[in-house]
Amino acid sequence: MSTADVLAPPQAAAPPVAPRRRGALQSRRRRSALLWFLLLAGPNIALLLVFVYRPLIESFYLSTLQWNLGSPVARQIGLGNYIELFTSRNFTQVATTTVVFTVATVGGAMLLGLGLAVLLNQKLRGRGFARTVAFAPYVLSGFAVGILWLFIFDPRYGLMREVLSWVGASSPQWYTERPWPLVMVIIVYLWKNLGYVALIYLAGLQSVPQDLKDAAALDGASSFRTLRSIILPLLTPTSFFLLVTMMLASLQSFDIIKAMTQGGPLGSTTTLMYSVYQESFVNGRAGYASAVATVLFLVLLAVTAVQMRFVQRKVHYA
Amino acid sequence: MSVLTPKRPAAATSTPPTAPTRGDVRPTAASSRPGRRQRPHVVSYLTMILATIVIGAPLVWMFLASLKDQSELYQFPVQWLPGSPDLDNYAQAASTVPLGRLLMNSIGLTVVGAGLKVALGLTCAYALVFLQFPFKRFVFGLVIATLMIPPQVTIIPNYTLVADLGWLNTYQGILVPGLASAFGTFLFRQHFLTLPGSILEAAELDGAGHWRKLWRFVVPMSTPTIAAVTLVSVVTEWNDYLWPFLVIDRADKMTLPIGLTLLQNIDGLTNWGVLLAATVVVTLPILVVFLVLQRRLVAGLTAGAVTG
Repeated sequence: MSTADVLAPPQAAAPPVAPRRRGALQSRRRRSALLWFLLLAGPNIALLLVFVYRPLIESFYLSTLQWNLGSPVARQIGLGNYIELFTSRNFTQVATTTVVFTVATVGGAMLLGLGLAVLLNQKLRGRGFARTVAFAPYVLSGFAVGILWLFIFDPRYGLMREVLSWVGASSPQWYTERPWPLVMVIIVYLWKNLGYVALIYLAGLQSVPQDLKDAAALDGASSFRTLRSIILPLLTPTSFFLLVTMMLASLQSFDIIKAMTQGGPLGSTTTLMYSVYQESFVNGRAGYASAVATVLFLVLLAVTAVQMRFVQRKVHYA
Repeated sequence: MSVLTPKRPAAATSTPPTAPTRGDVRPTAASSRPGRRQRPHVVSYLTMILATIVIGAPLVWMFLASLKDQSELYQFPVQWLPGSPDLDNYAQAASTVPLGRLLMNSIGLTVVGAGLKVALGLTCAYALVFLQFPFKRFVFGLVIATLMIPPQVTIIPNYTLVADLGWLNTYQGILVPGLASAFGTFLFRQHFLTLPGSILEAAELDGAGHWRKLWRFVVPMSTPTIAAVTLVSVVTEWNDYLWPFLVIDRADKMTLPIGLTLLQNIDGLTNWGVLLAATVVVTLPILVVFLVLQRRLVAGLTAGAVTG
């Protein structure tokens, strides 16, 4: 086959060949392209259809059922699951927890990450090492990290109690007394993702033209002023990218919460994501859980849609 | 992607012409300004050292704690260093859960999973870039759109399917549902679009078919991207939690993070040393990969920021 379609320029082959044969050659070539396409892209696309698109659509359908995981019987109840979700007393708590967790982790990581990036953007000796240390937690297993920090937060023997005692504070009941479990989970999440944010900001900072900074300095601007009026505005696309990706990641986080609090105590660390797991695989209410999952999906979709609009606008400005 | 590795020289060389009035202005911020810049440096150094300690301490603490014995762990004020460091906690962890087996499972699934993911991404991206096909754009859209579909939304139907197939507690049950490559396909496509077309045309004139063109020409020209995608896949496969946690409840099929869950359920919070030893086993291999191949891994993990 390959030898046939190699002599690509049709002009070369065309004159002596009869039109009918040329057509046959063309369709043979097209067939072989189709074959190659199926061979090369087919497996990946088949997997995506079976394990992403099929379950996505099925999930919408499941959300209209009263159905327990593994049960052979299911009852069609329309929007019943959604009505139950939005009217349940639990929902207010889950929504609040999700918002607090997301705002604290995303906002905190971005502020601290920017600070760290500005710090490491200076020519300091050893900043390469600092960058490595800061990024390391990001590549580690969330579950393992959760276990490690649970030990650090141990109210009786933990490192955190020790550190707090240096400033004369006593350790809160991190495991049991609200709101400390949620605070604890947020701190761990920040620790794990801070380095990622810092690194992305660092890349952004390094693309700020040096002459702009020099010009500001010549005009007598303080470094803080330069940061606020020149660097931050130039970093807007980076900030927006981080805002969206961090939000998506934060809304989906599971393993840290699973390791540290299992959503408790009394549901005080149960986010929307965690309640999908809880409802389906702990309580067995798969239909109801699918409704929660659909709501989560719509939230994520909204975040993504905002990002896409913004990215398009950015293209116009640039 | 390579944009992310600090490109000091490039930024610096563009500077001199812009400051013509000051004869020998050098590009570094510190040297281009008079003395008042010196003092903040002390503060900067202190902040950097403090930040490094705060971020790094938990990891150091984990290693130290895994070497301590029970009485050293359960005391306050804390004992900083293990009195007589030994591996007892590791031995005990290994006797409670099959730690060696878990390690092999994790390594095997990570290698096979990452390898297949890269292969699927490479072939799919090749087809999307170098083959002429009517619905190419639509197919590309189909692949990219899955980046926005969180796996968490698909777990219930996928779990039912995997259970129906009899794949609970099997390696394929862990592996197959997460195999499709959207991120890899996307990055490979971005890279393939930048490859010089002339080389592939020359290959074609030499009679190379698609298979040969892919492995002999495209792949060798894509090693940095392949390295980045492979490393990202290795990290995500190794750390993957929710799906294997749902699909596996038999110890001999578990990956390390799931085995750690089992250990937590058995030992609770009464045996920190053992739990932390297992935590070291989960985190150390990836930490080593990270330290050795840091540049490529970071480039891959942060690729989204530059590519969109």
